[in-house]
Amino acid sequence: MNEKKHRDDPFYKHLARRIIFGIIFVSFTPLLLVSGMILWSFHHAYHEKVNAHLEELVGRHTQNIDSFLDEKLSDIQLLVRSYGIDRLQDPVFLSDRLEALRATYDDVFTDLGVINEDGIQVTYVGPFKLENANYHKAEWFNKALNNPYYISDVFLGLRGHPHFIVAVKQKFQNKDWLLKATINFQAFNSLVENLRIGQTGFAFILNKEGEFQTTPSFEFTPQKGCYGFFLDCGGETIVDDKVQVVEKTFEGGAKNLYATAFLKGGDWLMIFRQESRDAFGELNRTQNMALLMIIMGGLVIVTLTSILTKRTVNRIIAADREKETLNQQMIETGKLATVGELAAGIAHEINNPVAIMVEEAGWIEDLLEEEDFKEGENLAEFERALIQIRTQGQRCKEITHKLLSFARKTDPRVHEVQLNALVEEMVSLSAQKAKYANVVLETQLAENLPTVNVSESEMQQVFLNLINNATDAMEKTGGTIRVTTGSKDDDIIIRVSDNGPGIPKANLDRIFNPFYTTKAVGKGTGLGLSICHGIIKKIGGEIKVESNVDVGTTFIVRIPLDKKDTDDSRDGNDK
Amino acid sequence: MMLKPLVMLVDDEAPFIETMSKRLRKRDLTVLTALSGQKAIEKLEKNRNMDVVILDVKMPGMDGIETLGEIKKICPLTEVIMLTGHATVETSIEGMRLGAFDYLMKPCEMKILMEKVMEATEKKRAHEEKIRDAQVKESLTRHGLE
Repeated sequence: MNEKKHRDDPFYKHLARRIIFGIIFVSFTPLLLVSGMILWSFHHAYHEKVNAHLEELVGRHTQNIDSFLDEKLSDIQLLVRSYGIDRLQDPVFLSDRLEALRATYDDVFTDLGVINEDGIQVTYVGPFKLENANYHKAEWFNKALNNPYYISDVFLGLRGHPHFIVAVKQKFQNKDWLLKATINFQAFNSLVENLRIGQTGFAFILNKEGEFQTTPSFEFTPQKGCYGFFLDCGGETIVDDKVQVVEKTFEGGAKNLYATAFLKGGDWLMIFRQESRDAFGELNRTQNMALLMIIMGGLVIVTLTSILTKRTVNRIIAADREKETLNQQMIETGKLATVGELAAGIAHEINNPVAIMVEEAGWIEDLLEEEDFKEGENLAEFERALIQIRTQGQRCKEITHKLLSFARKTDPRVHEVQLNALVEEMVSLSAQKAKYANVVLETQLAENLPTVNVSESEMQQVFLNLINNATDAMEKTGGTIRVTTGSKDDDIIIRVSDNGPGIPKANLDRIFNPFYTTKAVGKGTGLGLSICHGIIKKIGGEIKVESNVDVGTTFIVRIPLDKKDTDDSRDGNDK
Repeated sequence: MMLKPLVMLVDDEAPFIETMSKRLRKRDLTVLTALSGQKAIEKLEKNRNMDVVILDVKMPGMDGIETLGEIKKICPLTEVIMLTGHATVETSIEGMRLGAFDYLMKPCEMKILMEKVMEATEKKRAHEEKIRDAQVKESLTRHGLE
């Protein structure tokens, strides 16, 4: 109860808070600084590594696609330059060439055709029926006619399938002719499709208008507008021919990592896109793990700190309480010493007038022995009065002597002590207090009780404490205290019994503990029984208590007769 | 028959000395009194044959222990009985170490006091007797009579 009161004290609460905050601050600051630094460096390094990897991968794929287109263009240019348009107009010959190309590149080339400057396809070899097809309105045809060669964007055209065209122009009979080859879209698309990283990383190609030139390999809703950002800055980066890696969030979407590179002389833009949480999944997992460990560590620190602080503060509370009690005890001791000195002074001063009174009575007694007085009729009365004066003088002397004995400092020196006499002395000292508390003091002392070698003043303290405690316990109800002495085997047994309220079982184990008291604040220090216990233990004896609630309490003190034995046993114990 | 013992009572309490001296005289003692240690020394110098001094321990000015020392310097054979209150028992015991005959506690029984005074007187006189015998012996030896 008392400790709880102390714990609720704002001083201890504030102390506990300061200790907790101090320890947490000292523990967390370096932990967070070091963890933060490591995580930041790791984050930075990991991003650099992923970016570099993407740059290399996308750069290589861009080169592959450019090489693919250049290669196909070179093949068509070679056909035109080697055989000329007139020979290529022969469908059989052109068909042979197509077969030869297919033999080299599988199904990359879908068909071949020769187109005159009016846009009429005069010769066609391939799977469709496109002989005499008219392309003069087709955008690619017009562009091809104005350039020595041309590679078109992907379009559906007359056949309704996505494809693109590689065309090479040649003058023949003063007219412009085109040798046109259609490239299989699937073959081209697979080049880009191969670029797959993680679960969400894929690549696609856009033309300058932002139209898709390849089909993204898995579910993906093309958002044309989104990529304008990359196309807008394309004109500047084409010179550098570098791969750009950026992390960007388009409206409504997740954060993505983009690696972009221009190809086909800046006409097409290859975009690699991967969700950031996929690209940096490993990093995020590591960071989350580290964060979890920091949080767990933090929780452990906080828990341990609060437990240890609670224990520390409890110890401080106990120490402070002990200090307070000791201070109180010191004050009490000081008071007792002062009272003792005062009592000693008064007793000494009273002795002188009492001595004079007794001597005067003695003088009258002397005079009464003279002849004149011996015959007086009131002689008997005089003698009675003188005896009374002497008796009362003697009583005063005894009272002052007892007061003085008690006021003397405790002397630990061992003497031969008759415990019966000591018990009687203590009972007589406590008689007045007992009388006020309506307590009857009885003694039952064994005859021929052997003497023991103990410190008289310490024994006085023990019995006075036991008698006073019993008196205090019966202060309200009154009762009887019985002190008995006796010997058993090699011990002297002294019992101090009362018929007071008794001690509850729960308190019995603690009554000899220092500072344990059930008395009201300021009335008891809780040291009395503890000191008694210490004194009796020191001489090799034992002090026990038997108590029943509402029946009474008996303190049993056992003092060994042969001190030599106890010394030996103590030595034995020490060993 | 033994000569009347010559006793000096020293105490700062005048009524005590007055009554006590009357009682001692009634018991056939020759009693001198002094109210302080200083006066006791003065009287002792004039009465060097003093048998017993009954000396209070606690006195203003020269206290009992100091007075005892002076008495033993002037008359080493004079016996001193310390008379004390309870608080000065240790001092009285210290006095016995310094040569006091015994100590008694106030208020004391006349019977006991008389016994102590007689014992002290006998001791002192026996001591004197021994010294006298020794001196006689020495004198006889010196004159070759023995």
